[in-house]
Amino acid sequence: MIVATLAFYLFAAITVASAFMVIASKNPVHSVLFLILAFFNSAALFVLLGAEFLAMILVVVYVGAVAVLFLFVVMMLDINFTALRQGFLQYLPIGGLIGIILLIELLLVVGGWTLAPEAVTAGFEPVKGVAGATNTEQIGSILYTNYVYLFQAAGMILLVAMIGAIVLTHRQRPGVRKQVIADQVYRRPEDSMAVRKVEPGQGI
Amino acid sequence: MVEFWDVYALPTIIILAKILAIVLPLLIAVAYLTLYERKVMALMQLRKGPNVVGFYGLLQPLADGAKLFFKETVVPTGANKALFLIAPMLTFILSLIAWAVIPFDEGMVLADINVGVLYLFAISSLGVYGIVVAGWASNSRYPFLGALRSAAQMVSYEVSIGFVMITVLLCVGSLNLTDIVMSQKGGLGLFNWYFVPLFPMFIIFFVSILAETNRHPFDLPEAEAELVAGYQTEYSSMAFALFFLGEYANMILMSGICTVLFLGGWLPPVDIAPLNWIPGIIWFGIKVAALLFVFIWVRATLPRYRYDQLMRLGWKVFLPFSLIWVVLTAGFLVAFDMVPA
Repeated sequence: MIVATLAFYLFAAITVASAFMVIASKNPVHSVLFLILAFFNSAALFVLLGAEFLAMILVVVYVGAVAVLFLFVVMMLDINFTALRQGFLQYLPIGGLIGIILLIELLLVVGGWTLAPEAVTAGFEPVKGVAGATNTEQIGSILYTNYVYLFQAAGMILLVAMIGAIVLTHRQRPGVRKQVIADQVYRRPEDSMAVRKVEPGQGI
Repeated sequence: MVEFWDVYALPTIIILAKILAIVLPLLIAVAYLTLYERKVMALMQLRKGPNVVGFYGLLQPLADGAKLFFKETVVPTGANKALFLIAPMLTFILSLIAWAVIPFDEGMVLADINVGVLYLFAISSLGVYGIVVAGWASNSRYPFLGALRSAAQMVSYEVSIGFVMITVLLCVGSLNLTDIVMSQKGGLGLFNWYFVPLFPMFIIFFVSILAETNRHPFDLPEAEAELVAGYQTEYSSMAFALFFLGEYANMILMSGICTVLFLGGWLPPVDIAPLNWIPGIIWFGIKVAALLFVFIWVRATLPRYRYDQLMRLGWKVFLPFSLIWVVLTAGFLVAFDMVPA
C-alpha cells in the first residue's frame, strides 16, 4: 500500500508543479509542454484509482490530439511575449482579486458539499449487475443505457460547433486553381502529347 | 524484511529482467532491420548491398552504430538546448514503452492490461511530440517545416487508425490484445484471422501505419529534395542515432500491432502437426518480418506523395471509408446476432 501512496504523492506533486509552470514559464511552447506533462500525470493518477479507461482516453484525446494542435498553433505564433508581460504589475491587483473571489466561491461550494449516503456505497459498484466487468464495459453500459440521450445531445452540440467553426473560417477566394483528381486520373497520353518522328538533321 | 523482499524487491527484479528480455532482442532486431532493408532494397535494384563488413555484411549495423557513437554531438547555438536533447530521447523511449503490452505468445507479455489497444493508440499518438519538439528546438527553417508537416500528417492518419481499431474491437468485444488474438483462433486456420473478413480495413491500416511511421511513400517530414533532412537536419551523432532507432523500432512495433489485430498474432496459419510444433513467438516474428518486407518493398517501389495528395487520402478517402465500415460492421454484427458477449 505504501508504494501506491508514494506513487500518488509523486504524480500529484508533478501535476501541481507542472500546472504551476504552465502559467509561470516565459516561453509559451514550454507552457504547452508543461501542460502535456500535467495531463500525463493526471492520467497516472487515474490509473492509480483503477480507472484505466479514463486514463487512456485522457492521454489519447488531450495529449494525443488537443495538445498537438495547441502546440502547432503556439509554435507558429509570432508574438513578442516580453511586450505582453509589461502590464503584469499593473493588472496584478485586479487579477489577484478575481482569483481570490473564485477561490472563496469554490471553498463555499465544496465546503457545503455532502454526498448522499447511498451515493457513497454506489461508488463501489457504479453499475448494478456487472461487478467484475472491466471499467470500459461499466462506462459503456452506464453511458449507453442511462444517459444515451444526453450523450447524443453532447454529440449534436459538438457537431454544431464544428460546422460553425468551419462556416466562420471558410472563405471562398476567386481565382484559386484546385486539383481535380478525377481529371488527372483520366488524362490520356493522346490528349496531351504528340509523338513525332524526327529525322536526323531536320528538326520539326 | 522478508515481506519487503517478497512483495517489492522480487517482483521488481522479475519485471526488470522481463523488460531486458524484451528490449535487448528489440534493439538487435532494429539493428538488423537496417541491414535487412539495405539488402532487400539492393536485391530489388540488382545491387549487392553491404557485403564488406563481416560475412555477408552481417557486421554492418555494428559498424554503423560504432561510427555514430564516436561522432561529435553538435548543438546549434540558437537551439533550445534542453528540448533539443530531450526530443530524440522522447522518440526513442516512446518507441520502446509500447512493447509492454504486445503479446509474443500466449501469456508471454509484460503487462496484460485490459485496455491494451487504447494504450498502444495513446503511445503511438504521442510519437508526434518527439518530431515536433525536435523541429521547433532546432531553431532552423527546414526542421521546423518538417515538424509541421509531420504533426499534420500523423494527426490525420491517427483518425483512420482509430476507426480501424474500433472495427476490430467490435468483432472481439475486448480491448485486451491477448483476447484479440485468441478470438482469431478457429478451425479455419488463417481464414479465421481478421484480415479476411475485414480486408479493406487491413489495407487502410497498413497504409495508415506507413504514414504514421513517416515511411515511404509518405516520408514528407524528411523529404530530402525539399527539406534537406526535415526534422533531423540539425542532429548528429547519438542524438541522430536515437531518432533512427526510434523510427525503426516504431516500424517493428506497428508491424507487431498489425500482426496482432489482423494476422492472428502468434497463431500458426493452420493448426496441424508440423506447424503447431513451432513456438508461437517464431510465428509472430515471421509475420512481423513479412510485414516489414512490405514496408521495404513499398519504399523501393513507390515515389513520394505530394503533400495535398497525402492530406486528401487521409481525410477524404480513408476517414469516410473507415467510418462507413465501422457502421457496416456494427450493423452486420447486430443484424446477425453475432455481437460478442
